[in-house]
Amino acid sequence: MFMTGNEVIAWAALAADADFMYGYPITPQNEIMHYWSRLAPHFGRGFLQTEDELSAGFTMLGGVLVGKKCFTATAGPGNILMQEPVAMAEMMRLPGVWVIQQRGGPSTATVIYSQQELRLTTTGGNGEGLRIVYSTSSHQELFEYTLKAFNVAWKYRFPTFVLGDGYQAKMRETVTLFRPEKRGWEMIPAEPILRGPGVPCIERDPVHLRNTFNIEEELYETLMKHVEDYERLTPEVVEWEAKVRADDTLLLVAHGIVGRAAKDAAERLQRDGWPVGYFRPVTVRPFPGEALRKIAAANPELRLLVVESAYGQLLSIVKAELYGYANPLETLLRPGVGVTTEEIEETVRRLEKREG
Amino acid sequence: MSAEDLSVHRGILENLNMPVSWRKETKPHRFCPGCGHGIALKALGEAVDELGILDRVLYGCDIGCSLLSWDFFNFDSVQTHHGRTIPVIVGAKRARPDVIGIAYMGDGGGYAIGAQHLVSAAMRGDRITAILANNTLYAMTGGQMAPTTLPGQKTATTPYGREPQKSGAPLHGPELVAAIAPPGSYIARGSVGNYNQLKQYLKKALENQLTGSGFSFVEVLSACPTNWRTNAKETWEFLRGKMESHFKVGELRVPEQQTGGEEN
Repeated sequence: MFMTGNEVIAWAALAADADFMYGYPITPQNEIMHYWSRLAPHFGRGFLQTEDELSAGFTMLGGVLVGKKCFTATAGPGNILMQEPVAMAEMMRLPGVWVIQQRGGPSTATVIYSQQELRLTTTGGNGEGLRIVYSTSSHQELFEYTLKAFNVAWKYRFPTFVLGDGYQAKMRETVTLFRPEKRGWEMIPAEPILRGPGVPCIERDPVHLRNTFNIEEELYETLMKHVEDYERLTPEVVEWEAKVRADDTLLLVAHGIVGRAAKDAAERLQRDGWPVGYFRPVTVRPFPGEALRKIAAANPELRLLVVESAYGQLLSIVKAELYGYANPLETLLRPGVGVTTEEIEETVRRLEKREG
Repeated sequence: MSAEDLSVHRGILENLNMPVSWRKETKPHRFCPGCGHGIALKALGEAVDELGILDRVLYGCDIGCSLLSWDFFNFDSVQTHHGRTIPVIVGAKRARPDVIGIAYMGDGGGYAIGAQHLVSAAMRGDRITAILANNTLYAMTGGQMAPTTLPGQKTATTPYGREPQKSGAPLHGPELVAAIAPPGSYIARGSVGNYNQLKQYLKKALENQLTGSGFSFVEVLSACPTNWRTNAKETWEFLRGKMESHFKVGELRVPEQQTGGEEN
C-alpha cells in the first residue's frame, strides 16, 4: 500500500481492534480522524469529535474505564492540553493509546517537521512521566508500533504514546498492512475497570477510583507502587536500533524521523570507510539507557553526535543517561526544521576532519 | 471524631433509613455540618433506589467538595479532575450506552473551568445526567467568588462584595443550558430546601437518560455554612430567601414523554 502516515495509523487502530476514537482537530494529525470516521461505521467502531483536547483525553478515559479500547491523536498545543488527562491516566493506571504528530513550537508555530514535543510527551504533566513512548521513523513502524501500543497499554496499564511528526503524518510511502493474528500477534483484549459484570454489593464490591489523597504518605505509597511497576516493565519494553563497530570513533544518536536520516548517513559513511555508528532509541520513554551506556563504556573515546529537530531535548536525556561517562558529546540541533542525511553526513565529515 | 464517637455514630446510622445505594461503610460522610451535598446525594441515592438502577450506574465526581463523594455510593465511581467529570462520563456513555452515567460537580467545575464541557454535552444531547451543586462559591479552596456568587455577596476574593460591573452577574446555568439543548433534554433547578421536589427532579433526570431521550441537567441550590460563615438559621434564610429568589426553582425543559404534551 502507498499511503500517508495518518492513514496508516487509522488502519492500524482498526487492525488493533480499537473500539473508539475521541478527537479534536489540529494539524498535522487531522487525517487520522478523517480516515477513522470513514472506516468506523463499517466496522462497528465509534468516533466522537469533542470540544477540545481536554475533552478528547477525558472522554477517552471514560471509554477506557468501561472496558473499551480507545485512542486519540493530537499535536502541539493540543498535546499541552492532553497532559491533564494523561496525568489522570498515570495516577489511575488507565491504559489508552495517544498518537502525537509533532509540530513546530513553541506556541502555534508550524505543522510539518519538528521533534519539539519529546520532553512534553515523555515527561509532561505534574508527575513522574510514567508512560511508554514509541518514536517511529517510517510508515511500517507507524503501523506496527500503533498495534504494539494497544497491547502494551492494556498489558501494563500505563498511558502509551506513538510519537510521530507532521512529516511522517503527511508523507506517502509504501507500507505492508496486516492482520495481527496472521503474524501470530496476539492482541490483548480490554477489560472494564468500572461497570464490569455483577451487581455491586451483591455479587462484588463496588469499584471506587480516586486521584486525591488525604495524606502525603498515602500518595507516596500509591505512587511508589506505580514507579516499581514502571521500573519492572522497563527492560521488557525498551527498544532501540543500533549499529556500532569496535573501531568506530563517532556515534550518531537520533530518534524518530531524524533517526532514519542518521541511520542512512551512518550507513553511507560506513560504506565510504568512515568509523561512524548509530544509535536510535525506539522507546524514548522508558529510554534504552542501559544499551547506550554499554556502547559508551565499551569505548570511552567514542564521541557522540546527538542530532535532533529540537534544541537539546534528546540531548538532555542522553546527558542524564550518560552521567559519569566521559565520552565527548557533539550536537546538531535544528529546532523545528528538517534534518537530511546529507546535512548529517556533512557534519560528520567536518567533525572528523577537524579532529582527524 | 474519636474511634468511640465514630462507633456510636455508626450505631445510630445502622438504624437510620439510608438509601440502599448509600455505602454505609463510608458514613458518616465527610462533608461539613450543614453542607448541602449530603441532602443532594441522599435525594440522588433514593432516586437510584426507586428506579432500581444500582447495577447500571457509573458515577463521576468532580474536584472541589464534590470529590468527597468518591466512595459515597454502592455503585462504581470515578473521581476526575476539576471540571472534567462531564467528558469522562460522556466518553463512557458513548462507548457503552447501557451505562447510566451521572456527572456530579460544583458550580466552579460546571460553570467556570468546565463550562465548555457542559455547553458542548448539552448541545450534542449526550445521554447523561449532569448534576451541579450551586452554593454560590468555591468551597473546598476557601470560599472564593464563583460564577454564581450573588451581587454584593462577600467571598474570599470579593471581600467588599461582588460588584457585577467588575466581575459579572451570577450565571444562570439551567437557563443557559435550556437555551442550547436539543429537544428531548430535561433541565431543572431544585433546592436542598425542598427535598421531595429535588428528588423528583433527579428521578426525572435519570428517567430521561433511561428512555434515551436526551441530555439531563439539574442544578441543585446548596448550602455552605462554613464559607458563608452562617449559623443554621442564617444558612436557611440565605438559601431559601436570597438564593431561591435569585435562582428560580423549577423545571425549564421537560421532554414530551414525561409531560404527555408539548415540550415547554
